[in-house]
Amino acid sequence: MEEIRLMKGNEAIAHAAIRFGMDGYFGYPITPQSEVLETLEEQMPWDTTGMVVLQAESEVAAINMVYGGAAAGKAVMTSSSSPGISLKMEGISYLAGAELPALIVNAMRGGPGLGTIQPSQADYFQATKGGGHGDYRLIVLSPATVQEMTDFVGLGMELAFKYRNPVMMLADGIVGQMMEKVVLPDFRPRRTEEEVREQCPWAACGKHGRKQRNVITSLEMEPEKMEANNIRFQEKYKAIEENEVRYSEFMTDDAEYLIVAFGSVARICQKAIEEMREQGVKVGLFRPITLWPFPTKQIAELGKKVKGILTVELNAGQMIEDVRLAVDGGVPVRHFGRMGGIVPNPGEIEEALKAHFMK
Amino acid sequence: MTIQEIIKPENKVHSRPRLLTDNITHYCPGCGHGVVHKLVAEVIDELGLEDRTIGVAPVGCAVFAYNYIDIDWVEAAHGRAPAVATAISRLEPENVVFTYQGDGDLAAIGTAETIHAANRGENIVIIFINNAIYGMTGGQMAPTTLLGQQTATTPYGRRADLNGYPIKISDMLAQLDGTCYVTRQAVFTAAAARKCKGAIKKAFQNALAKKGTSVVEVVSNCPSGWKLTPEKANEWLKEHMTAKYPLGDLKDL
Repeated sequence: MEEIRLMKGNEAIAHAAIRFGMDGYFGYPITPQSEVLETLEEQMPWDTTGMVVLQAESEVAAINMVYGGAAAGKAVMTSSSSPGISLKMEGISYLAGAELPALIVNAMRGGPGLGTIQPSQADYFQATKGGGHGDYRLIVLSPATVQEMTDFVGLGMELAFKYRNPVMMLADGIVGQMMEKVVLPDFRPRRTEEEVREQCPWAACGKHGRKQRNVITSLEMEPEKMEANNIRFQEKYKAIEENEVRYSEFMTDDAEYLIVAFGSVARICQKAIEEMREQGVKVGLFRPITLWPFPTKQIAELGKKVKGILTVELNAGQMIEDVRLAVDGGVPVRHFGRMGGIVPNPGEIEEALKAHFMK
Repeated sequence: MTIQEIIKPENKVHSRPRLLTDNITHYCPGCGHGVVHKLVAEVIDELGLEDRTIGVAPVGCAVFAYNYIDIDWVEAAHGRAPAVATAISRLEPENVVFTYQGDGDLAAIGTAETIHAANRGENIVIIFINNAIYGMTGGQMAPTTLLGQQTATTPYGRRADLNGYPIKISDMLAQLDGTCYVTRQAVFTAAAARKCKGAIKKAFQNALAKKGTSVVEVVSNCPSGWKLTPEKANEWLKEHMTAKYPLGDLKDL
């Protein structure tokens, strides 16, 4: 049954995973996302749903455990924060190469290097442009609220299985740590072994009477076959781009200026827009929910109607590149960002917009 | 006697194990991998585990292990097989999961995954082929390369002051509370291969009995990497490899 609770985004992810019927979670402690593993250990889902929860010896081991579980057709996930996600990149590339479904949560913190434990959005490039080696794509979901962190566990897993592709929930330290009211979804039973075998006929979970053996691998020594694999991946990515773009808009109908922001920062931008609207400045907000596939067409359309676009990000300007590609030089696009764990207030965003476009 | 008479079923004394596929081998002549593959295929068949065994292949010469034994396989990233096997085993407790790894995979890049899977007592079988060299990449130094042994990256012989010492990782694994069985075997003679098969069978039976992690190290050869004929390679193995890596059980609970 649905349940309304007050909790942190990280805690909500744990509860959502159990309620979704997740088969396994494999993680390693790192601030600011350790509450995911802590909450799961506290809830002991192995006694109720049978979900496996394991603290691995490293992020590298954790993502490879995810790879193993996914290879067996199970619904599995991991979570970490920026430095830990860098360690997972090898495994993420293998997941993409072997076409395995999995959910990876990144509660971003400031970098580079060990950086800071404060919130950031500086892993946008890593999540959307590759990160690991090879020509692959992740479906990247960007939650702005604790509710979305909850909902994107189920959505992410569904997309992962639909396309046999890893999905990343690119959250940040703000939504991970912030407490909000959240509606937790109903409990769903985990799939039975028979259901897994039926839904994932490709899975390496023991032949159980199947004539052909299943082999999960990303290796192909013949270049013609490897190119054919890559072409198949690209076709899949194209289908994802056509079908899975998600976004939200706020006061864009009559907007003369547009702010594009993702995740928690979009909420600060919304506050700035409300204040500017009171002053008569017609600003709207566009929030990409899928960072890949990026809402290119939607931003291109809005770009035709406005005088300028400001991207607001907790980084030095990463998503701005995709916004610029979308509008293709048709309208000026400027960036405002804070780095190193600093979160801007609505006043700073208002000043930046006016400085760039209303001098 | 005509050929037709010779190949009569009643004259058959040996055949390819049922679970060994007839794919053309990519292993070099004289290599021990083929023998170990055969033993693993026989054990899985004899224990009736064809339908519920999942193999985890390594990176290295055995990267194509999945081409030869007719069961479900997962190809792991370099060194990560024990982590991959951990998850499969925990999520599929009714199945038997084994890894098949070489010395570079298990004792260099995958040391952490190996030790921690064994220390958790994961209910898996680890088959560890130790031939003291990186075969697939062209014969570079392995963590188990002997002192003085020439490789592509120790062309004047491995030196302790430059390269450290050969690692006896099975001895380390035997110290961990999570392992139930750690043994060092070989396949360079028929007698050794028979003994090795017994060890592999015991390891799989331990997994069925959920006793924890079993490790079967197979001291093997690499005629191509060692630049020796298969016969000379086996002589070198007997003289040098078994001196550093003595055969026998290290732990059997």
